[in-house]
Amino acid sequence: MLLKPKTKFDGKVLTVYLSGDIDHHSARKIREYTDALIGEMKPVMLLLDFSAVTFMDSSGVGLIMGRYRIMKLYGGSVRAVSIPPALRKMMELSGLGCLDVLERGYEKNESA
Amino acid sequence: MAALMFLKGVMKKMKVLNEMSMSFESRSANESFARTAVAAFASQLDPTVGELNEIRTAVSEAVTNCVVHAYRDTIGSISVNAKITEGNTLTIKIRDKGCGIEDVSRAMEPLYTTAPEEERAGLGFAVMQSFTDKLSVRSKPGRGTTVTLVKRLSPRLSDV
Repeated sequence: MLLKPKTKFDGKVLTVYLSGDIDHHSARKIREYTDALIGEMKPVMLLLDFSAVTFMDSSGVGLIMGRYRIMKLYGGSVRAVSIPPALRKMMELSGLGCLDVLERGYEKNESA
Repeated sequence: MAALMFLKGVMKKMKVLNEMSMSFESRSANESFARTAVAAFASQLDPTVGELNEIRTAVSEAVTNCVVHAYRDTIGSISVNAKITEGNTLTIKIRDKGCGIEDVSRAMEPLYTTAPEEERAGLGFAVMQSFTDKLSVRSKPGRGTTVTLVKRLSPRLSDV
């Protein structure tokens, strides 16, 4: 990820549109950028939009878990949405389902 | 250890059809280079999109381990060797000469991590294990670590 991710803030929900490959290298930049925005805007909910993500290893799982912790501190929540089929196996393995951060019914969207 | 001996035995018997080796510095920018290069090599086996993604992910995890753990605050050399053997099998070795792992079985436990500040969830080995058919780890503290990943690809129409 060379460019800063696109974002949208409606006063409550902060959406971060992730794109390209998420690995240990790119996750660091995404993390710094997102955390600065969270600190600045204090959103009630952080939406991580994965629709343009082409690859993700376990660094992406760490990225979601870390943002989950931070949003909890602010009394907010995190949701990972528009997860492409290629990322499904990683999401399943991650155990993130237990934290209730994955978009509901995302499995169904993918098989369709 | 027994699994490793078995693996060595099996590999010796199998004829190597193609092989590639490369080495690069343990900079995080090389994580994408490494997985992309291995995926490009693997593509001659005509893998499915899913298989290719699994190979890419497993390599990314192994190489990131070298960057984050083996050479923690230093830059060292990572070598990757990939072999294609009969039966649509891809064997990938990722080797470093870094700090090594004191307790390999502990390191392989899901969620166990020695670098929580990197936010990598402690899933590296768990991902390598579930995205390939065989994972073996050989390590000597102070000497380095070799991770071997074996992936059997589904037979293609042209082989039947």
